Amino acid sequence: MGRITLDKVTKSFGEVNVIPPLDLTINDGEFVVFVGPSGCGKSTLLRLIAGLEDVTSGQIRIDGKDATQQAPAQRGLAMVFQSYALYPHMSVRKNIAFPMKMAGVPEDEQKRRIDSAATALNLTDYLDRRPGQLSGGQRQRVAIGRAIVREPSAFLFDEPLSNLDAALRVGMRLEIMELHKRLATTMIYVTHDQVEAMTMADKIVVLRAGNIEQVGSPLELYHTPRNEFVAGFIGSPKMNIFGGNPAQQHGASKIGIRPEHIAASTETGTWSGVVGVAEHLGSDTFLHVHETGLAETVTVRVDGELPVRHGDRIFLSPDESKLHRFNEQGLRA
Amino acid sequence: MARAVTNRRKAIVTVAAWLVGIAIFFPILWILILSFKTEGDAIKTPIEVLTSNWTFESYHTVQERSDYFRHFLNSVILSVGSTVIGLIIAVPAAWAMAFVPGKRTKDVLMWMLSTKMLPPVGVLVPIYLIFRDLGLLDSRVGLVIVLTLINLPIIIWMLYTYFREIPGEILEAARMDGASLKNEILYVLTPMAVPGIASTMLLNIILAWNEAFWTLNLTAAKAAPLTAFIASYSSPEGLFYAKLSAASTMAIAPILIMGWFSQKQLVRGLTFGAVK
Repeated sequence: MGRITLDKVTKSFGEVNVIPPLDLTINDGEFVVFVGPSGCGKSTLLRLIAGLEDVTSGQIRIDGKDATQQAPAQRGLAMVFQSYALYPHMSVRKNIAFPMKMAGVPEDEQKRRIDSAATALNLTDYLDRRPGQLSGGQRQRVAIGRAIVREPSAFLFDEPLSNLDAALRVGMRLEIMELHKRLATTMIYVTHDQVEAMTMADKIVVLRAGNIEQVGSPLELYHTPRNEFVAGFIGSPKMNIFGGNPAQQHGASKIGIRPEHIAASTETGTWSGVVGVAEHLGSDTFLHVHETGLAETVTVRVDGELPVRHGDRIFLSPDESKLHRFNEQGLRA
Repeated sequence: MARAVTNRRKAIVTVAAWLVGIAIFFPILWILILSFKTEGDAIKTPIEVLTSNWTFESYHTVQERSDYFRHFLNSVILSVGSTVIGLIIAVPAAWAMAFVPGKRTKDVLMWMLSTKMLPPVGVLVPIYLIFRDLGLLDSRVGLVIVLTLINLPIIIWMLYTYFREIPGEILEAARMDGASLKNEILYVLTPMAVPGIASTMLLNIILAWNEAFWTLNLTAAKAAPLTAFIASYSSPEGLFYAKLSAASTMAIAPILIMGWFSQKQLVRGLTFGAVK
């Protein structure tokens, strides 16, 4: 079981209030991603749940029990750190065994769990090596192995992939998702990468300056962002957002349209502009269009084969049904 | 040509380094030479130390007159004892300052260092009186206490510097893994800091071994270490250079040998964090 409830949790460092009163429920077995720009408090929130930081006020409940004052180890959670945080003087086997040794798990049970974790994580051949002799991906798997053997009620991941190179990151992302499906244990995952958030999460929590901006499934956030910030943060490339005349025509203070919801044509369309940089990805091309009178740059996704060059005039037509409208407060209208 | 200049510069630097090295080593070499001379030859002018006869005479005299082994044993007990006790106090202290610093941690560190600026003679009388009243004069226990306290700031400072290099996330991981504070320090922090702790230990043993002010002033016979053994051969009259040299050689030889074998560890430890 791993149901975690945060009830009016706040955190201040001296005078600085990092987390204003915050309520959140994470259901058993959910994969929840905390996402937001750096400094939004997502790591602090995770550390509060872990018990590595003390809450200033409010209550954290794990499976209904008040855990606010409990030490990290008593909460039954396991954490995977960004830097892996392996014990460099211990072999992989001893690293994985460490939490069990601390908990006084019998030797033969320790061995059984180490073997099964090593098999699951492809670490069997490396058990007697030191962390220094492993690659980044292998180290990350050892860190996950050390978390698994504790059989925690929830896993906490603090930007676990940001030290890996791009190719490895995609692979590890899949492995972690695979692990979640197999164990069906609650996982809380912190990242600043909205692609990771979209691909991995059952539920995304978007944070800004310690506030929860929106909680929802990836597609909810994509289709119905609650405000301008979430609209701009979720989706890649970013949603185009502009005010002024075109927005007023749609009865809003600002409107937003995603690059993939604008049709481009060389002949006719609602708006016109000049092609700046074109990013060719093969299947798609992202055009950065200038001089539209809407915003400095409008990003458009077009077919990979569209024959446009730098400086060409281009016409853009938004899909009216996919238009997002925001009021003066930046809230969805 | 660039290459020629480089070579010439290299030669100059090499010669300069050797000169400095010899200048530093010369007094020790001189003591070693004088210790194998007769008292007469030792003070002869013009200097004849290299041409005159070599003899073990001074070593014999020193052996007959005083108990080298007892002094040696006292030196070992004082330096090792004060170092071990110092480390037991300093490891948790440095842990606290490195990983859970408070607002005043920096001030505490500076204050501790400032105690090393105080001329020891300034507190000699009060400490002497306290020791007299507590019956600690000329006792190993008393000297271990004093040596521990005077070197504690250095031990804490060195350990603090090493501990600061250890990523806090690893200790947090240990906390998540269920390690108590004791286990965290015992199983995670200490093994990771072994190189730092080892060089701190070596340096402190050397400092304690060489400490003369307190050992000379607070001991008479029972607890006297090798520093007192050397001092007993200096006298206001008569010839004593050769015997003093022999005693000095016997006193510094053990620590010199230890320093020689552990120099790699010492250099690594002292430059830890500076060169990365």
